[in-house]
Amino acid sequence: MNRSFHKSQTLRFYDCSAVEVKSKFGAEFRRFSLDRHKPGKFEDFYKLVVHTHHISNSDVTIGYADVHGDLLPINNDDNFCKAVSSANPLLRVFIQKREEAERGSLGAGSLCRRRRALGALRDEGPRRRAHLDIGLPRDFRPVSSIIDVDLVPETHRRVRLHRHGCEKPLGFYIRDGASVRVTPHGLEKVPGIFISRMVPGGLAESTGLLAVNDEVLEVNGIEVAGKTLDQVTDMMIANSHNLIVTVKPANQRNNVVRGGRALGSSGPPSDSIAGLGGPPTPRILQNFHPDEAESDEDNDVVIEGMLEPARSPQTPGAPAGSLSRVNGAGLAQRLQRDLALDGSLQRLLSSLRADPRHSLALPPGGVEEHGPAVTL
Amino acid sequence: MPEVSGGGCRPSRMRRFLRPGHDPVRERLKRDLFQFNKTVEHGFPHQPSALGYSPSLRILAIGTRSGAIKLYGAPGVEFMGLHRENNTVTQIHLLPGQCQLVTLLDDNSLHLWSLKIKGGASELQEDESFTLRGPPGAAPSATQITVVLPHSSCELLYLGTESGNVFVVQLPAFRVLEDRTISSDAVLQRLPEEARHRRVFEMVEALQEHPRDPNQILIGYSRGLVVIWDLQGSRVLYHFLSSQQLENICWQRDGLLLVSCHSDGSYCQWLVSSDAQQPEPLRSLVPYGPFPCKAITKILWLTSRQGLPFIIFQGGMPRASYGDRHCISVVHDSQQTAFDFTSRVIDFTVLTEADPTAAFDDPYVLVVLAEEELVVIDLQTAGWPPVQLPYLASLHCSAITCSHHVSNIPLKLWERIIAAGSRQNSHFSTMEWPIDGGTSLTPAPPQRDLLLTGHEDGTVRFWDASGVCLRLLYKLSTVHVFLTDTDPNENLNTQGEDEWPPLRKVGSFDPYSDDPRLGIQKIFLCKYSGYLAVAGTAGQVLVLELNDEAAEQTVEQVEADLLQDQEGYRWKGHERLTARSGPVHFEPGFQPFVLVQCQPPAVVTSLALHSEWRLVAFGTSHGFGLFDHQQQRQVFVKCTLHPSDQLALEGPLSRVKSLKKSLRQSFRRMRRSRVSSRKRLPAGTPGEVQEGSAKAERPGLQNMELAPVQRKIEARSAEDSFTGFVRTLYFADTYLRDSSRHCPSLWAGTNGGTIYAFSLRVPPAERRMDEPVRAEQAKEIQLMHRAPVVGILVLDGHSVPLPEPLEVAHDLSKSPDMQGSHQLLVVSEEQFKVFTLPKVSAKLKLKLTALEGSRVRRVSVAHFGSRRAEDGEHHLAVLTNLGDIQVVSLPHLKPQVRYSCIRREDVSGIASCVFTKYGQGFYLISPSEFERFSLSTKWLVEPRCLVDSAETKNRCPGNRAGPKKAPSRARISGTQSDGEEKLPGLGMERALLSDERVLKEIQSTLEGDRGSCGNWCSPRAAVECSLSNGGAE
Repeated sequence: MNRSFHKSQTLRFYDCSAVEVKSKFGAEFRRFSLDRHKPGKFEDFYKLVVHTHHISNSDVTIGYADVHGDLLPINNDDNFCKAVSSANPLLRVFIQKREEAERGSLGAGSLCRRRRALGALRDEGPRRRAHLDIGLPRDFRPVSSIIDVDLVPETHRRVRLHRHGCEKPLGFYIRDGASVRVTPHGLEKVPGIFISRMVPGGLAESTGLLAVNDEVLEVNGIEVAGKTLDQVTDMMIANSHNLIVTVKPANQRNNVVRGGRALGSSGPPSDSIAGLGGPPTPRILQNFHPDEAESDEDNDVVIEGMLEPARSPQTPGAPAGSLSRVNGAGLAQRLQRDLALDGSLQRLLSSLRADPRHSLALPPGGVEEHGPAVTL
Repeated sequence: MPEVSGGGCRPSRMRRFLRPGHDPVRERLKRDLFQFNKTVEHGFPHQPSALGYSPSLRILAIGTRSGAIKLYGAPGVEFMGLHRENNTVTQIHLLPGQCQLVTLLDDNSLHLWSLKIKGGASELQEDESFTLRGPPGAAPSATQITVVLPHSSCELLYLGTESGNVFVVQLPAFRVLEDRTISSDAVLQRLPEEARHRRVFEMVEALQEHPRDPNQILIGYSRGLVVIWDLQGSRVLYHFLSSQQLENICWQRDGLLLVSCHSDGSYCQWLVSSDAQQPEPLRSLVPYGPFPCKAITKILWLTSRQGLPFIIFQGGMPRASYGDRHCISVVHDSQQTAFDFTSRVIDFTVLTEADPTAAFDDPYVLVVLAEEELVVIDLQTAGWPPVQLPYLASLHCSAITCSHHVSNIPLKLWERIIAAGSRQNSHFSTMEWPIDGGTSLTPAPPQRDLLLTGHEDGTVRFWDASGVCLRLLYKLSTVHVFLTDTDPNENLNTQGEDEWPPLRKVGSFDPYSDDPRLGIQKIFLCKYSGYLAVAGTAGQVLVLELNDEAAEQTVEQVEADLLQDQEGYRWKGHERLTARSGPVHFEPGFQPFVLVQCQPPAVVTSLALHSEWRLVAFGTSHGFGLFDHQQQRQVFVKCTLHPSDQLALEGPLSRVKSLKKSLRQSFRRMRRSRVSSRKRLPAGTPGEVQEGSAKAERPGLQNMELAPVQRKIEARSAEDSFTGFVRTLYFADTYLRDSSRHCPSLWAGTNGGTIYAFSLRVPPAERRMDEPVRAEQAKEIQLMHRAPVVGILVLDGHSVPLPEPLEVAHDLSKSPDMQGSHQLLVVSEEQFKVFTLPKVSAKLKLKLTALEGSRVRRVSVAHFGSRRAEDGEHHLAVLTNLGDIQVVSLPHLKPQVRYSCIRREDVSGIASCVFTKYGQGFYLISPSEFERFSLSTKWLVEPRCLVDSAETKNRCPGNRAGPKKAPSRARISGTQSDGEEKLPGLGMERALLSDERVLKEIQSTLEGDRGSCGNWCSPRAAVECSLSNGGAE
């Protein structure tokens, strides 16, 4: 944790409606302010920026540093509003010439440097892909992934849904059903759990990795065979913060084909029969680190009733690359809303700590970030 | 608990590689500590269907519709058996003088059971089963058994059938003796001409053996013909013809008189004499005529020493005005009473002189099995008072709404509760419990345990749950605090002398609550101070204090507005109850002194009492509050409501619906009882009808199963309903704010996974009345997974749960370790989680739901002792929504053992479960029965008893229990046996817990000149107790 960064923060404007903006183009800085509640339109902001920097003739892209130090773009009304409302307390704006930005090298390189300058960064090497140019916008957040492709039979798919940082509902339903298995006695019907419905606009639907009638085989590494619908429901809800489901897709045509090998060649023999059943998938979840899952979930919010005031609800300085931070902030906001009726909003806000692990008042030795085991 | 860690390795790292259950030392210790047993069923059997009694063994048998048979003798003597086929037990016959019984099921199968002695104790087991088969092609009704007569030789069973034939089978192998079959044709041929053409035979309604001559049996046919059959000569000795359908027959003890009862509500007496055949009865009577009456289904004609007989019959009430009553009438001399039961009468029996050679029956006790309770009436004492039951109590006299268990009650409180209870039992007979067969070998319970049940009618019942018999000690009613619709002066029992029929209500089963708002939802008893808090459906919280004297006092009323100043909400649920203003008279016992009324008057969902600080905390779906009952002042209230939670705000809108539902249910109940009260249907229909209805039901079930059931997968959010519902409240003296100073605190957990902690400042005792109790919020914890918080607990520096208030003051617990750092254990439905204190940071957790898909329904700390070691360990006993019971270790949260206990579909069973502090527990297996189970190897309460036919036979004639103390009864050998029993009785008193004696003293002083009150230990049992204790001395 970079304490100096926290100390450098100015908290005095927190409750004011004005947001201090520090805009940087090349080596030049400009300072101005915006109304937090009525930031206005992106177009006006763009005009204001190019005007203050006297670069009205050139095409530029505008970005800002969010609470975690990520450089995020400002290119429409929505992300402009988000940038202003999440400014804490200072909004740092970075301007680049369009051609420079699109060359990409500057994007990644300067971003890294920028983040280091902002401090509070841990090495996020695996996530950085310097030569992969995806282009703008850069605020991608993983919402889902297919994992353990090398472990799971090709007829199965292990899907991870990240609910953190996403306000969308998980959005699917499961039901009981009959599944056909290949056994020594021939085909046999056994009870199974299936996805029965997708909520339009929900996380599950938007990933495209789960579909109606997919059979659920495992939830976070635990087989569902022999469990009731209610048990599986409870397991999924209990794991909803980091849900990993292994399914046998109803549509077997989109299966991942492993590099250099033909479809079905690596699967167990029974799998070749049009993907009917097959033995349960291996229990190992390669990409599933218990520590990670636990840390994802451990963000119980503790509000100390009578602590000293002036602690902001969103504590910046957390390492980048982990998505739970955003949720921490989101949670804090939600909590703010929840507590609004209390009448003592200010007191609570001032005493709010979003997440014990990211707050200044981190208990010594309470959490180890990089150790093999988080002792939670 | 020893933590196993490899040398040099940090435990936290080791834990990742240690698989649970691989440490042999721990495994052995586990076997020493934990063991799962379902030990005994308390209460009244659900849906009883048959009654049997053995006069020689003095054992009562009850059969149920689910195929269970239960045997009861002296308190503590209990047996249970279950037929493999879960069919209704329609008849139970205990073979005379034997430890054997024969049951008839509704699938027409006969089963022979016996009590065998194994390892010093008797066990009930099924020996044989048998189904009577007719010749191929015969109608099923030909062998449908209607009556079973065990012959006094104990070798033969006579089976009356629907076809009119009487089959004979030999015991114990159930061998059919075909040559001895008494076919209806054979009887017909041997009848005189005029009787033969008048009647067609129908099914056999009655079979009786001649009381003196085992070679004669009586056969009654349903159309009204009765014959006395000579078994040796195969001839009809006598025959009688009545004009009405026959229901049942009784043969007078000397065999000279028959009494038959009929479907028109009449009974007839017939003289059995060798004189000319009498076509007409000696006397015919319709006891409740002249208007049409219902059938008399069973009659007993019992002679007595005083001359006039006892006539006891079931039914026969005037059809139009009393046809819906369930009555048994007793007529003796000029006295006549129609005992009116609140539920259908299944069967009854009368305890009479057991010696078959005695001249008179001398009935002394009437035992009636009704559908919902057992009623025992003393026929020796004037007025025929009921006898209090030592077991088989109807737990559901009013539906059970909650229960609370308190272990190890101090003697003082125990005595005071018993004293208060004994005053409520003055209307019971002083007769000792007459059904006292067998010997209980169970040692005296090591401690006194109370089980408190809250009921729908606003009462709390205190049960002695120390031993095998669950016995009612005291009943507390909270109704008097409130104004209710029913006028207390209106007494249903006050009927004029000239009322006809002379109905008298008996029994305690009363399922109809005057006002559902009176229902008790939470109970909390402090066993050291005698303070009791009860909370109910309409947001009422009463604090009561035990007082040995009756008192007239005003109950202080305080309102707790849990919504505080929030606006725009309207409570649409039920109104609060109106409390009586002014002084109210309270009986000795627990007397309320303050009433805290929650507003809105939603059901109280959690309750905690701290008797040392004199504080009571209560919570509803809106919030929680703290009340200082010493100063009678509200300390604070906290609203936990989420603004979007409309459901909680508006209250149970289903109130109207629920009224409708309860009406519907009661109609259904009435209809069902009417259906089941119909007697046998003619010719084989019962089986078919049931099959038909089962068939009709089954497709419906299948359809329901096939209907697409789907479940939504969604993380819980703050906006969910009932997030503010307060699930648990907990007082603790711990380090809430800083690690240097501990202070009293109150913890509350909600349905939405929020925990609130308030630090309290309780003034010292000397200024307790002068300074107010102060509270301020110190912490608020939001669990990320937002599952409901079901338990909060603080562990001291040695990781031992904090003791109960006053426990240390009474030297019953070590004082908690306040040196080391305390830990907070939060149990949600999904996880167990240990946090450090005062800084709340997560330390350990066990994610139950994520791993197993089960959720925590009940959790309680229990002390597990091993049979070898002196001191045991504290662990968590957990019941999940799947009905599994698990033990989770403290403080490391490791699952220890898991047993499946309750069926997962049995929602009410799971909801009713209550754990004791020593690893036992109770749950409802039916509305009227608690199953007791034990997780501990050390604390186990189960019946262990001995029934020996030889012993009972020898001692029977001279040692008849029952009316021993009844003064009206003249006895031949009475004085002698009384003298014999007195001395061992005293010895027993010395040997038993001293409280028994104190109890008796209290009772005798209370009873005054009414004589000593009923003592459950019969003298005979006392003998055995002293013997068994004597061995140890």
